[in-house]
Amino acid sequence: MTNLMSSDSPAVPPETAPRPGSRHSAAASRDKREIKLFSGFAHVALAIWGLLVIAPLIWVVLASFKSNTEIFTHAPFSLPSQISFETYKTAWTEAHVGRYFLNSVFVVAISTAGTMLLGSMAAYVLARYKFFGNRFIYYLFVSGLAFPVFLALVPLFLILQNLSLLNTYTGLILVYIAYSLPFTVFFMTAFFKTLPNQIAEAAIVDGASHTRLFFQVMLPMAKSGLVSITIFNIVGQWNQYLLPVAIMQGAGAEKKWVLTQGIANISVSAGYQANWAALFAALTLSILPMIIVYAFFQRQIQSGLTAGATK
Amino acid sequence: MKHGRYPFIIGFLIVPVAIYSTFVIAAYVQAFQLSFTNWRGFSPDVSYIGFDNFVKLFQDNTFWKAIQHHILLLIFLPLLTIILALFFAFLLNVGGGSKGGRTQGVWGSKFYRVVFFFPQLLALALVAVIFSRVYSSDDSGLINGLLNQLGVEPVLFLADKNLALWSILAVLVWQAVGFYVVLFSAGMGSIPTEIYEAAALDGATRGTLFFKVTLPLLWNTLQVAWVYLGIAAFDAFALVNVMSVDRGGPDGATTVLGLEIYRNAFDYAQFGYASAMGVVLFFLTITFAALTLRVTKREAIEL
Repeated sequence: MTNLMSSDSPAVPPETAPRPGSRHSAAASRDKREIKLFSGFAHVALAIWGLLVIAPLIWVVLASFKSNTEIFTHAPFSLPSQISFETYKTAWTEAHVGRYFLNSVFVVAISTAGTMLLGSMAAYVLARYKFFGNRFIYYLFVSGLAFPVFLALVPLFLILQNLSLLNTYTGLILVYIAYSLPFTVFFMTAFFKTLPNQIAEAAIVDGASHTRLFFQVMLPMAKSGLVSITIFNIVGQWNQYLLPVAIMQGAGAEKKWVLTQGIANISVSAGYQANWAALFAALTLSILPMIIVYAFFQRQIQSGLTAGATK
Repeated sequence: MKHGRYPFIIGFLIVPVAIYSTFVIAAYVQAFQLSFTNWRGFSPDVSYIGFDNFVKLFQDNTFWKAIQHHILLLIFLPLLTIILALFFAFLLNVGGGSKGGRTQGVWGSKFYRVVFFFPQLLALALVAVIFSRVYSSDDSGLINGLLNQLGVEPVLFLADKNLALWSILAVLVWQAVGFYVVLFSAGMGSIPTEIYEAAALDGATRGTLFFKVTLPLLWNTLQVAWVYLGIAAFDAFALVNVMSVDRGGPDGATTVLGLEIYRNAFDYAQFGYASAMGVVLFFLTITFAALTLRVTKREAIEL
């Protein structure tokens, strides 16, 4: 909580200027040998873990181009005998990966935008205005961090049922927003508190309303915090599995499923139909966008996701 | 400044507070209430049955199995993940020896960090689907396919009662390590290099550096990591639900509370009973977090 600005700095150790006056002694050459050995060992250890991380993903991509027989009879990392996108067509149309993917994009786009807007509005007021009940509302939000979602599962189902929001996007989006608010409010409140007062005061003197002050002055100043938490929420909501599984059930729910739910289901049905290649294609289709996004924004994503833990 | 202050405050708070109260606060409050009822979802008559649900729960074999699994995950998930992550983070940050008097990371440390972190971005449900294929008991599985080439009998990772939970644990570790490598790296990066230099001048070995300098200065981060991983150990729903045989099997060998709650709620419509389990899960989680913070409390070292 104390060191806010460090939380959105990149997770790379800061470069310090090379320091003059290093010690050169008789032991230097022995040290050098030891260092080389150690560094060699370090590379081997790191490379092994890197391989363990990448291998299953490469294997998935390779298998997506293989036929079912090839998957069973050929070596795991053998190249497919031919490159055909037939399995991808099956995955996209028959297994509905395309639909699930777009559903996920739709839901997460709206719910993250909603979370950020409502979360920072609440956080801003709680951080910078004194009023009766301020602390109470703040702790009400933050207390949400202490409860496991499983505890709310049954009542949540009933509440949505009563509001006729079960198995609807509106219900899912509202629930995503509601369950993302505790962390968003917690983080953004701390962030807004660090912003300087002078600019806000100057804007008030110039006759800006509170609302204008928030949208045109304070929000732009909070940009780095907003970026971190937006990434945090996008990834969190995109990867959510328990909530959609609990909420998107009932008649015609399959059409509204999000990606995690859809893929998990394809995995089950692929077993019945023995169509593993299509499952691997579906997996590749859902991993690929993550790799592309990650390749461009890996620094922001790393700092966004670790933002919660570095506070 | 006073002008229009309260309308503004109320206007900004009303929607978030309303959404939050409806779907989060009300749900949690109702969960406690429901846990004392025998409600089965459809019957209109709901009666309060006191602690009957909890009594039944404590006599339920499946419940105790789930608790045992959580204890195993609670010990090994943080332990393995933190040891591996610390090890890699240390190699990344000070594995390259010293140049010009300052320790530095190994060559390519940035690349390693990027690769290690990637699984964190994948949904657990997706990871679960990938690894249910990796673990497949026939030659179509990644591991058994490789073993087959070596002429080794296939291993029934998920169908063997003694292996299933460990196989699932391995996936959790696989996914988590990269995140903590990045977290610990950031922590190590903020340790001033002067401290390492001074220790190195005094003839400290790498081992001493690690245990006497890095570890104590990283204590707060480790604490956070332990709590996070512990909370993850109380979840594991997505993996068990997707990967395990018969959902929680074989023969209940992998079941977890989250799965039992889900199943009691949506498969058996035992709303009261499922809520009671949720209440127990809540108290377990909160006790764990409080205990961890208490037991591991140390004077923070100010730099």
